[in-house]
This record gives sequence, C-alpha cells and structure tokens, in this order.
Amino acid sequence: MIASPARRALVVACAVLALVVAVFVSILVGPAGLTPRGVLLDMADQLPYVRVESGLTPRQQAILWKIRMPRIVLGALVGAMLALAGAAYQGVFRNPLADPYLLGVSSGAGLGATLAIVFGAAAGFAGVPVAAFVGGLLAVGATYTLGRTVGGVRSEVVVILAGVAVAAFANAAQTFFMQLHDDTLRQVYSWMLGRLATDGWTEVLVVLPYVVATAAVIVAHRRTLDVMAVGDVEAASLGIDPARVRLLLVCVATLGTAAVVAAGGLIGFVGIVVPHAVRLLVGHGHRLLLPLSLIAGAAFLVVADVAARTLMAPAELPIGVVTAAVGAPFFLLVLRRSRGVS
Amino acid sequence: MPLTVRGRTAGRRGAARRPIAAATGALLLLIAACGSDPAPSGADNDAAGQPGAIVSLSPTATEMLFAIGAGDQVVAVDDRSDYPEQAPVTDLSGYTPNVEAVLGYDPDLVVTNADTGDLVAGLRRAGVETLILPAARTLDDTYAQLEQLGAATGHLAEAAALVAAVRTEIDTIVADLPDRDAPLRYYHELDNTYYTVTDDTYLGEIYAMLGLRSIATGGDGYPQLSAEFVLDQNPDVIFLADGQCCGVTPEAVAARAGWGELAAVREGRVFTLDEDIASRWGPRVVDLVREVARLVNPVPAVRPTS
Repeated sequence: MIASPARRALVVACAVLALVVAVFVSILVGPAGLTPRGVLLDMADQLPYVRVESGLTPRQQAILWKIRMPRIVLGALVGAMLALAGAAYQGVFRNPLADPYLLGVSSGAGLGATLAIVFGAAAGFAGVPVAAFVGGLLAVGATYTLGRTVGGVRSEVVVILAGVAVAAFANAAQTFFMQLHDDTLRQVYSWMLGRLATDGWTEVLVVLPYVVATAAVIVAHRRTLDVMAVGDVEAASLGIDPARVRLLLVCVATLGTAAVVAAGGLIGFVGIVVPHAVRLLVGHGHRLLLPLSLIAGAAFLVVADVAARTLMAPAELPIGVVTAAVGAPFFLLVLRRSRGVS
Repeated sequence: MPLTVRGRTAGRRGAARRPIAAATGALLLLIAACGSDPAPSGADNDAAGQPGAIVSLSPTATEMLFAIGAGDQVVAVDDRSDYPEQAPVTDLSGYTPNVEAVLGYDPDLVVTNADTGDLVAGLRRAGVETLILPAARTLDDTYAQLEQLGAATGHLAEAAALVAAVRTEIDTIVADLPDRDAPLRYYHELDNTYYTVTDDTYLGEIYAMLGLRSIATGGDGYPQLSAEFVLDQNPDVIFLADGQCCGVTPEAVAARAGWGELAAVREGRVFTLDEDIASRWGPRVVDLVREVARLVNPVPAVRPTS
C-alpha cells in the first residue's frame, strides 16, 4: 500500500484526533460525578489569561488534577510505549506475532519487578524499573536464543512458543517468590493484573524520560527497519549492520517496556493489537507504522482505562483484563492470517 | 477468578511477621513432642470424648480455642496464628496446607477455615476429624463457631459463657453510643491498592452496629476503589487496616495526591486499626468494637458540610 503525502497527513491527523477525543472522553468520565461543564470550565481556567469560575470544589479539583489527569497521561504513555515496542519487535524479528507480552519480556520484567518489590522494599519505586529492565532483557534474550536454536530465526511460531515457555518459567518463579513472601502477595497480584493507579504525577515523571528516549530511538530507525524488512543481505549492502541495529532496538524497546510495566503492571496485547490495526490501515512501511502505533497505542489504552474505571464502578476492573479481552481474539485473527501467508 | 479470591483472603487474615519465632517454636515443639510428652496418644480421644491433640490452621480458630479454654489440647497452630502468645506456633501453613505435615503432629482434630487442596479428604483417610470454620459473615456466625468449637473440644459451657460475655459487652457499647441524625460514613482501607469493605460484610455489620456506613457498595463485599471515588465520597472517618501489611499511616494518607482535601484528613479522623483483630472473626472482635466506638464517639454528631 503506497501512501501519498496527502493521504499520509490525513491518516496521522485522524490518529491525533482520535487520541484527543479519547483523552477528552476519559477526562469527562469517572466514578466521581464531576459535571462535564465544571471540568471543561476548570480546564479553561488553567489557560493563561483566562479566568472563569468552574464551580468545582477544591476536592473536585484535586480529583481532576491530581488523580484523573495523571492517570490518563500515564495510560497514554504506557499504551504508546507498549504499541511502539510491539511494532519494533515485529520489525526487528520480522515476526508479525512478536509482542512484549508474547516474547516473555513482560513476564521477565514482571519477575524482576516482583523481586524488587519482595526483597527491595527499601529500594523504593525507582529501583523497580531497573530490575524490570534486567528481567525483561534476560527474558527476551532467552526467548530469542531458544527460538533460534530450535527453529531457526525465520520460524515465527517457534519464537512465540519459546516466548511462551520463557514467560511460563518467569511466572512460575514469580509465583514461587510471592508464596515465599505471601505478605506482599496482594500487592504483587494487584500489580500483575495491570492497574493505572497513580499517586499524583510521581509515576508519570518516573516513566516519562524512559518513554521519550526509547520512543525517539525507535522512531529514528524507521527507515532502517524498512530496509531490514527486505533482508539482512540487502541491508548490509546499504551499509547497515543488521545485527547491531537489532541488538540496539531490542535493548531500547525492552527498556521502554520495562519502565511502563513497572508502573502499570502486566498489560497484555497492546503491542500486537495496535500495530496490526495500523498496518491494516496504512500498510507495512515503518515510516508511518511507528509514529502511528505510538499515537494509536496511547489512544487505545486511554479508552481501555475508561472501561476499566467505569464498567464496574465504583469498583475497579484491572486494565489488563480489558486489553486481554479485546486483544486475545484479535491475536488469534493475526495468527490465522500469518499462517495463511507463510 | 482465583487471583481475586486469594488477594481477598490475604487481606482478611493477619500476616505473621515472625518467621524466626515460628521456626523456633516449631523446633521447640518438635523437641517437646519427641521428648517428654507421651500423654496425647493420637489415635484415640480421652475418656470424656475430648480430642487430646488439636491442630489449628486458622489464626481465628486458634484464638477461639484458647479463649474457650481448649488451649491445653492444642498441639500445633499454623504460622499465621500469632495470638495468644502461648499458642504453639509451627511452620504449618494454613494457606497451602500439607496433609502429611499436619499428620506429623498426630492430631485427633484439625480446625481450619477452608478445605484447601482436599485437606479434609486426606485427613479423613488417616482417620482424623476436621472442623471447618469459614470466615464469618455476621457476629452470630462468630458466636455459633465458638459454640461449635466448644462442643467439639468438650468446652461447651466455657464457650457459652464466653459468647454471653461478648454479647453483653457489645450490647453495652452499642447502648452507650451517642445519638446521631445521620450515620457517619467511613472508608476502611484493607491495603494500599484501596480494597475496602461494604456494609454487606462481617466488618460492615460491626460498623453498622456502631452507626457507621461504608462509602463502598458491590464488589462482592470487598471492592477495589479508585482514589477518585474515595475523594468524591469524602468519608467522615477513615480506618486503616494496612499499617502492618503496607506501612500506611495517617501521615502517609494525608500525603497522597489530593487526599489532603478530605474532611477526614483535615479533621484528623484517620485512624489505624490493629489489622489482625480487624481481619479475624474471633473472640477479640469485642476489642475491635470497643476500639472503633472509642475512636468515633467523640466525632461531632452533626456531619460537617463538605
């Protein structure tokens, strides 16, 4: 599918619009019955040179600015990162089924984070992303090595099977450590199911630098990924070192995934649903795929969190349940298609 | 989903934080069992039909057994049973019980709160009776379980006396409550991910008796709330039952983003409860009732405007 510049601009504009709409809906919806009028006026009030009386009490303003907003921003960051990492993994491994969740990255990161929570309570929240990164990197390394040994690098399904095995192992180890320290059980479970709970802007500020830096590196490689999609030999003839690029992008995507997993828990299937939906719209070129996955991923998770917050209100539904409910059937579709092609 | 159920169970039972003490206890008990105590022969009960050797796998059951005077018959309790102090703590797990490990103490009666992992069938095959005392839904369940345990251990009279005493004290506390036009609204925090209780739970019933209403509904009695909902509801009082598990203090609550706007925080009505007492349904429930009444009785009868 070849996109003309006009069509490309239109698609990007639509994606941005979708994100803006998702964010606005999300701001207006929640278990606390803030009136849309009050919310909008209060937001206008924050603009420079605008003074309007929103009618919100200080408590309602705290709900809006210290609880709802940070949560939406965190959701957008997590969704953007997971979708972009998924697209990057799919490009790097030339495997349409690659996804942080299915490659074992999320589970490995989960194991790392669990160990940090269980053993390093003193380390605090900042230590968790680092532990998650180490776990995630080890897991993706194990998946790739295993998949390669067994089925050769081009066998898509074998890599995913290896990822499933690695994920199962990481989950078992995680369960073991949780049983060993079952006073932290509920905390870890709650985190595992995925939850965009924030304490003000703290989590957003911790995650933001990771997401910005890793997203910049990945998007900067969009043309390189297009060349590599043709084949390693062709890429090498154009002066690209495929092995080096592959290593760099896997490390970067894993780092970004680990940071958002540490903040939001194990939120699955975003990395597979979003890039594939984008491909259906604009084709396989990474120049458009990567930035669009970023935007659409943010919008997708913001919408999923609206469902998580409202479906069972006032109780919360773990967001990982929402994304899996949408994502698992979609994954089966992708699996069918990819088997049909190869 | 099993995950949720487990999470919830984890919150109800208090967590023993004394692994070393537990291990030492187990060792001492083992030595005692091997050495000097031939009396409770496992296979049969004594003349009065009382079980000579009881194993408790539930912290609540342990408290009940000792409160009704059956403590002398208890040979082993699980690693979470941290009250009373003389309870023979072992490393037995009530959470993932192992039939062989339980049988190692040669019990006549095993008391537990759930038939986890076919425990009952396994014990029956070895000829050991099991009494299951599940988490109570109402105070009457607590009374019934005390009497049930009294009947099973040969301490029925003491159990009946204890129930009567607890009833009387609770009635007195309730009778002494100040009059209020509207019930106070509370948020009882089970852990730092905002799991809480509704009126339709054991704790909720006790709070209701003391003139308090939960801000939460649904969620099968134990919903997980969002911070947004708690702020929107603006409870009059906050009870923290997560000081031990999660290190939450009234100061930590006040420091949460946005929570400083809550009336309960501004008026200093964030209270820490002993989460062991607040998560069990044993005889110490009377301590909980007394403590909650002590905390909320001074709160002005007229609700402040929010």
